Amino acid sequence: MSCLQTIQDYGLRAIGIGERLLPRDDFTLCQQFTLIGSGMIWNIYFGLFALLMGFFLATALAMGKASSRAVLRKPAEWFIFLFRGSPLFIQFFFAYFLFLNLKSVSPIFDPFTAAWLGALIVLFFNTAAYSGEIFFGALQSIPKGDTEAADAYGLSGWMRFRRIIWPTMLRLAWPAYTNEAIFLFHATALVFFSGFPAWQQRGDALYYANYFADKTFNPFVPYPILAFYFILLTLVVIALFGLVNARLNRHLPQDVRPRMRLRPNLIR
Amino acid sequence: MACYLTTGKHMSIYFSVITVLVLLAITAPIALLFGFGGASAARSQIAPLRWFGKGYIAVVRGVPDIAFFLFFVIALDQGIEYLRHKVLCPDWSEPIRQGNDFVVCQAAKMPLGSAPQWVHETYGFALAVLTFAIVFGAFAANVLFGAMRAVPRAQLETAEAYGMTQRQTFWRVLVPQMWVYALPGLSNLWMVLIKATPLLFLLGVEDIVYWARELGGTKTPRFTDYPHGDWRMWYFLALLVFYLLFTRVSEVVLARIMARLTHGQATAAGEAQRKAAVA
Repeated sequence: MSCLQTIQDYGLRAIGIGERLLPRDDFTLCQQFTLIGSGMIWNIYFGLFALLMGFFLATALAMGKASSRAVLRKPAEWFIFLFRGSPLFIQFFFAYFLFLNLKSVSPIFDPFTAAWLGALIVLFFNTAAYSGEIFFGALQSIPKGDTEAADAYGLSGWMRFRRIIWPTMLRLAWPAYTNEAIFLFHATALVFFSGFPAWQQRGDALYYANYFADKTFNPFVPYPILAFYFILLTLVVIALFGLVNARLNRHLPQDVRPRMRLRPNLIR
Repeated sequence: MACYLTTGKHMSIYFSVITVLVLLAITAPIALLFGFGGASAARSQIAPLRWFGKGYIAVVRGVPDIAFFLFFVIALDQGIEYLRHKVLCPDWSEPIRQGNDFVVCQAAKMPLGSAPQWVHETYGFALAVLTFAIVFGAFAANVLFGAMRAVPRAQLETAEAYGMTQRQTFWRVLVPQMWVYALPGLSNLWMVLIKATPLLFLLGVEDIVYWARELGGTKTPRFTDYPHGDWRMWYFLALLVFYLLFTRVSEVVLARIMARLTHGQATAAGEAQRKAAVA
């Protein structure tokens, strides 16, 4: 079987298109590359959507935490503490079994027990909490002069937020937020390892890597392949976030711009 | 209810909580030691040692998260068995890698096949500790490296002016002063380490996640070992609360240590403390 054939068969295996049975024996390097790569579809899906939705909730959480009104501040603080204070691993497990219990209450919760929705919600809340904390930190360090200038111009309420507070907050938070994004993509590898079952063997990259490692008893091939894909993904994220960073800082002179410093974290 | 929660199996889950705490208690100092070694190596005068230190920090930090854990334990295990095989069975003719299988002679099995169960468990635990220590050591090394550079240059110059040797400067001036700069990073690392403990489950140690799944679940709907339905949700809720409490306590304790370390330091917080004491 040629490699092209393998790619046709297994390239979209993770979303259920192509050959139904996974390779059983005579594993080729091509098969491993293709299947693990196909699993990356899920990692990208989870990361992308959690990040997109999490961004807005994170802004709301940061504003809530910085609010002087206890009604807004307390829930935001608790939400952030809840998701930052406990392991993501446990959150996945708990969410899965919670949804499983709710399922017997009402069929509305049926899709929640599937990874595509249930795990996405956990990741969404999780990244919202982490980014919320980052944004809150940035909100605290907005230069006093900026807000005073806004006041002097007579900006207030929504206009003040939209024009001054929010862009400055993003600008200050962006390097840390880039780390959070990379970290989130790494965290997506946990999904099929915790509670959420891979239906019809449609799993993410780590699921397939683990499958190969189990079958071949040789971890030295699939895991480096996985690492390769993740490094590639990380580089893409860095490039995209770098573009946004350049745009956010476009009004600043070249040498004052904050440099992107990568500080990869390990486990959330 | 109270009686049910103290059955033999439930005792194992309480015991596994202790396992997690022991893991943290052992790993944290070892990782710190690795970190200290790595950081000192990275700023060494001797080039190969410096490369080694920097390489260690860069490689371990660059590799994505849990894949490392999954990979490392098997790699360590096979590495140890391979070395033992080379030493113990020199006249073994067959290749070790036979296609997909990893075959070593009986005497090189680690632990020995005839060893009692607890040896296997302890060995698995030790491997887990080593993996955690190596990974977190790299992170700690990075933090300490940064902290060593953050100590004001003037302090070191003063020490040199007093005629201290490099070694004396390092131990008497640099090391005592770096902790205040290192602590925010280290406490962050400690939080991450706490949250990394459920990964023990992935490493095959029967930890709290294992027991929560085991005890909460019903084996089959009709023939169940446990007199209740699917309680895994409640067991995991308990775990969630356990971790949240643990994090909270750590936060409070670390804040106290920070306050103590800041005392008399040439930092903004130290200055604030001094002013507060004067006023």
